Amino acid sequence: MTDTLLFTNIDEPGLNTIDVYEARGGYKQLERALKMKREDLITELSGSGLRGRGGAGFPMGKKASFIPKGDMQKYVVCNADESEPGTFKDRELIQKNPHQLIEGVIIAAFAVDATITYIYIRGEYEQQADILDAAIAEARERGILGENIFGSGFNVQLELARGAGAYICGEETGLLDSLEGKRGNPRLKPPFPANEGLFNGPTLINNVETLSAIPSIIELGAEGYAAIGVKDSAGTKLISVSGNVERPGNYEVALGTSSREIIYGLAGGPVDGRKIKCWFPGGSSTPVLTADDLDVDFDYDSLEAAGSMLGSGAIIVVDETQSVVELAYKLAKFYSHESCGKCTPCREGTRWTFHMVERIKEGTATPMDLDIMAAVQEQITGHCLCVLGDAMAMPIGSLIAKFRDEFESEIEANRNERERKLAAEFAAAEVEIEGISA
Amino acid sequence: MADVQRHVARFTNDSRIPGWDRAADLDKEPAVVPDAATTEVPAELRAAIEDGMRRFPIGDSAFIPALYAVQEHYGWCPPEGIEQAAAVLGRTPAALTAVATFYDMFEMEQLGRKSVYVCTNISCSLCGADELLEALEGELGEDPDVNVRGFECLGACDIAPMASVNGIYVGPIGLSEVPELARQIRQGDDPLPARQLVKRPSADPKVAEK
Ligand SMILES: Cc1cc2nc3c(=O)[nH]c(=O)nc-3n(C[C@H](O)[C@H](O)[C@H](O)COP(=O)(O)O)c2cc1C
Ligand code: SF4
Ligand code: FES
Repeated sequence: MTDTLLFTNIDEPGLNTIDVYEARGGYKQLERALKMKREDLITELSGSGLRGRGGAGFPMGKKASFIPKGDMQKYVVCNADESEPGTFKDRELIQKNPHQLIEGVIIAAFAVDATITYIYIRGEYEQQADILDAAIAEARERGILGENIFGSGFNVQLELARGAGAYICGEETGLLDSLEGKRGNPRLKPPFPANEGLFNGPTLINNVETLSAIPSIIELGAEGYAAIGVKDSAGTKLISVSGNVERPGNYEVALGTSSREIIYGLAGGPVDGRKIKCWFPGGSSTPVLTADDLDVDFDYDSLEAAGSMLGSGAIIVVDETQSVVELAYKLAKFYSHESCGKCTPCREGTRWTFHMVERIKEGTATPMDLDIMAAVQEQITGHCLCVLGDAMAMPIGSLIAKFRDEFESEIEANRNERERKLAAEFAAAEVEIEGISA
Repeated sequence: MADVQRHVARFTNDSRIPGWDRAADLDKEPAVVPDAATTEVPAELRAAIEDGMRRFPIGDSAFIPALYAVQEHYGWCPPEGIEQAAAVLGRTPAALTAVATFYDMFEMEQLGRKSVYVCTNISCSLCGADELLEALEGELGEDPDVNVRGFECLGACDIAPMASVNGIYVGPIGLSEVPELARQIRQGDDPLPARQLVKRPSADPKVAEK
């Protein structure tokens, strides 16, 4: 029974419409939650052990409890920016079960007494935004959004806001700036959004998957939900598996399932019986693991103990035929493009790393460059305003640490290749010179 | 390097801010909000911007919806479009331009109206995205109506290698399907209907068992 909570009925045609959703028991948990006391609801969310699914893994109930009480305008913002390379779980939830998310948002809003809520979706998700917009309109029409919902006296508004293509707007404070109509530059913390967030009001920000899990928590009760998964990693998690696997896709598993079971059992492992060279456990910004780590359990603590992170729960599998230099190239290119430019270590560090990987590819690098590259990663880590800089430094640092031999032999091979080319060009030029003199 | 510079421009001394090393012109008139009474705004554009202002009534939150409206109307964000949006919003064009230049999806130069974003990030490139981009550029690169560009992870790595054709996600796209797809894009047909993401069932076997 623990297998699917978020994905229950996920492929049923029409689940994105309110009629089918309600017929499957939808919005019942909202009705129940509205009868509870706010404090009890937050106790319930804390007791469930649900941790944030957006990347940082912060306990959801605890974050909700930070929202101050009082008469000021409070906000709930759902982070549907989902731009971490390798991650595509929120997309599936929004596209196929948008009402589950809306129900979660309203329950969260009631818990922290917020009457204005937003879902911020990345601009590229045009089809998903249309589906979600239609679902919000349906909910409004039924009186599930608006005034005095279910006769509880609670009023709530929900608006869908679209981003326009910027990874950094997934960072919660960058998102808030973007939602306020600014460039999406992250803010210095503290103050944290819980105290001073959107329009300076207390703001609860959670990921799509985190909020979508709330109806299940109300249904199962805190203890029922906490019973799924393992210690300090409660519940089920959607795992986006992509890269060199037979069956890429989203899989819902109880936290604590073995990584091998997910990669080989569910996603079918690499094609043609190839071996795994490395894998990212939680999106492209987490340190890579190798084939030796396949028996690590997929939960927050085990992955951390193995030297990586659960992150967004997106596994990218890289098979033995791929080049680590190429991986580093894609990583550095992405993060240097997405750096918002506010802090120097991130803006320049990502760019220099990119240049250094380019040198390796061109054949002008020396093995010493690897030390410089590793040093640059260290200089970025922990020295930036947000963790985008670290998000490049961690995986690239881990690639260099774990695959140094491969980097060195590629540096060597590319140098030789370049020298051969230059020598050939030189020889060709000499023939010409001789031709003139003759 | 060339790739990154195409998207994130660098100016004198590698700065990301143009003109940072030039003195301010103190004789110039300060930037002003365009006069709402005299700036002509196409009715359709005005209606779209006002819809954004109704949905996002606080502060400058309507900026992004307004820029979308401008891009929808003109196919890109031309200075006159930004000026018109600024007039409706009651802000300076500079404030809007600053926001528009931050986001990848707002085009500050006139390009083809049909957009083809090919993801070239990690998961897709592990499955042949670079070759796909090259093939699509080969087919459509010369077409002035089409804007083919490499893009960062589009959140659809399960259908790698993939592309977003005017917002419609398609994949996995085989190289042999590229001529067909290019023809559909040129003619404005539905792109590879059998390969569209919205038609794809979940991969999770436990879901199918139920
Ligand atoms: C560079 C960067 C990008 C991020 N992108 C996302 C994202 O796309 N989606 C998301 O939910 N969280 C993202 N986060 C994490 C958010 O800052 C925040 O921790 C999260 O939305 C909180 O929700 P949760 O507690 O439910 O996980 C990102 C963080 C950073 C530093
Ligand atoms: S770490 Fe990078 S992305 Fe984050 S605020 Fe600094 S420059 Fe911007
Ligand atoms: S890497 Fe291409 S969609 Fe994610």
